[in-house]
Amino acid sequence: MSGQTLFDKIWDSHVVRAEPDGTTLLYIDRQLVHEVTSPQAFEGLKLAGRRPRRPSATLAVPDHNVPTTDRRLAIADPISAKQIQTLEDNCREFGITLFGMNDIRQGVVHVIGPEQGFTLPGTTIVCGDSHTSTHGAFGALAFGIGTSEVEHVLATQCLVQKRPKTMEIRVDGTLSDRCSAKDVILAIIGRIGTAGGTGYVIEYTGSAISALSMEGRMTLCNMSIEGGARAGMVAPDDRTVAYIKGRPLAPKGDLFDQAVKAWRQLKTDADAKYDATVTLRADDIAPQVSWGTSPGMVTGVDGRVPDPRTMGDEKTRKATERALEYMGLTANMPITDIRIDKVFIGSCTNSRIEDLRLAAGFAKGKKVAKTVHAMVVPGSGLVKQQAEEEGLDRVFREAGFEWREAGCSMCLAMNADVLQPGERCASTSNRNFEGRQGAGGRTHLVSPAMAVAAAVEGHFVDIRNWG
Amino acid sequence: MQAFTQMTGLVAPLDRVNVDTDQIIPKQFLKTIKRTGLREGLFYDWRRRKDGSPDPSFFLNQPRYQGATILLTRDNFGCGSSREHAPWALLDQGFRCVIAPSFADIFYNNCFQNGILPVVLKSDEVQSLMKDALGSEGYGLSVDLGLQTVTTPAGKQHRFEIDPFRKDCLYRGLDSIGLTLQHEPAIAVYEARRRSEAPWLFVDLSS
Repeated sequence: MSGQTLFDKIWDSHVVRAEPDGTTLLYIDRQLVHEVTSPQAFEGLKLAGRRPRRPSATLAVPDHNVPTTDRRLAIADPISAKQIQTLEDNCREFGITLFGMNDIRQGVVHVIGPEQGFTLPGTTIVCGDSHTSTHGAFGALAFGIGTSEVEHVLATQCLVQKRPKTMEIRVDGTLSDRCSAKDVILAIIGRIGTAGGTGYVIEYTGSAISALSMEGRMTLCNMSIEGGARAGMVAPDDRTVAYIKGRPLAPKGDLFDQAVKAWRQLKTDADAKYDATVTLRADDIAPQVSWGTSPGMVTGVDGRVPDPRTMGDEKTRKATERALEYMGLTANMPITDIRIDKVFIGSCTNSRIEDLRLAAGFAKGKKVAKTVHAMVVPGSGLVKQQAEEEGLDRVFREAGFEWREAGCSMCLAMNADVLQPGERCASTSNRNFEGRQGAGGRTHLVSPAMAVAAAVEGHFVDIRNWG
Repeated sequence: MQAFTQMTGLVAPLDRVNVDTDQIIPKQFLKTIKRTGLREGLFYDWRRRKDGSPDPSFFLNQPRYQGATILLTRDNFGCGSSREHAPWALLDQGFRCVIAPSFADIFYNNCFQNGILPVVLKSDEVQSLMKDALGSEGYGLSVDLGLQTVTTPAGKQHRFEIDPFRKDCLYRGLDSIGLTLQHEPAIAVYEARRRSEAPWLFVDLSS
């Protein structure tokens, strides 16, 4: 018998039962809940007269709708306010722990899970949010689900799932100075395409992945979904254990030691087989900038906007033409000629303390260009607090960045932080879809370092030889 | 959930790849706490011109596609956000079936929770259906879940694959939570084992 992959080990240890066709009833250890994709799930429970099976396995937080301005003021949008109130009411009624809007622990759901030690290796974690893949950074099987499935997990602590295939994405070598996990994942998506990972769970391996911090691994796994994979994971190691130790919801004392012993087993066996393998050299990865309306439409900052006339495949050509028209770009223009109006540093992809430290390092002593409006939105109240203790807020403010309260903010612009039609944004978020950051808005996905440099210069620059 | 057995309906062709769920239903419609009434948000940004008036060039604004129940589209339909508002909005518009060469995983899954049948056909089959649907007004297809076929007006049959379990649930319109709850004893056995093997996952997080 050949060995097992990390995914196989986690999957097999969560099988409650399997149908003859392989459809599996999979046990879910933990669920995260936010205000947007849960109201109809709780309503479903009420209509059917059901109760959550294990309310203590669920953690809830409002993040998508929350204002990033002064929280003491009421939410201006009554519909947003109602959705947040509904989450609070549901959590009270069903006995689910909630970090409310004015709790210091509030933040983007995928930032607070790891921050609190709720996210643990070897677990199955779901959330009604596609970026649940983030938690795979800890060697968990974590994936996004729809609202009906949120209800399913609340009621049964299980999900009906078909076993996905496995893909290894191996990145060996050394990332060049000032390139980050964001550049790695954008380069990966540029390679495999936005549907390349459909039907797969990705395991990221190789020396360049092991070298990443936990924050970097979260950035990487976060965007697995942009490559089509519902889940991405990195095997836990010493760094993982060190990150978890002492966090509020992490196991303590003997239980922690017992857990660590189990986590040490969570790695792909040497003789295990993946269904597919993709390899990249870290040394070849340049700072990435997306130019189109899909995350796979991405290139190095030293590259040019592609020319649809050179494309053989008609569907690709049409999609590229449409993207260039929407983005207001011309074929063959250098990426560094693209001028921007806004900068957004934040989102579940890049709003953790390490991202902010790095961004502040580049912002220190610089000034945001007069033509640019730039904002920094920390991933959680605790990230914000820590950044302020370290004086990062002052660095950002002095450089001309706005310093905001925690939330999803302009990543999807459900709150008041919205791009105007035609506005162009350098964003550390994860999606550059048409209208994602506001109807008619134009998004370029970049790393935090690239976002800072673009804010200062007013256009994209190669961070490797800037400042 | 409404069962899906077979249907014959008017086809609306959306000739675009990578249609993401932000396009299917933009964020401002996600603030609802209901599953219904989302039709207004379906393809909202594509349906309207800059001044807010309906864009006559958009397919769903054209008289010939009024009453369509089958959406025909391209690769990677439903990519991006997990929002189930996307199938809710399609259903509210009257779509019971979406045909494409490929779907994003979460969207594909969400369709089955809502009585919508996502059909995967080969690229060249979709290409030929797309050509016919764009070329002839009133073009309809028959979709039979039991036989796993899509039949053209000329009688040409395209067979599609589907997991037997999913097929059965959709065919009979089963309540999937009710179905899982029938396995409560197995869940309890698993849970007890998990509790002994990984006790650190069973500490009360609220304490």
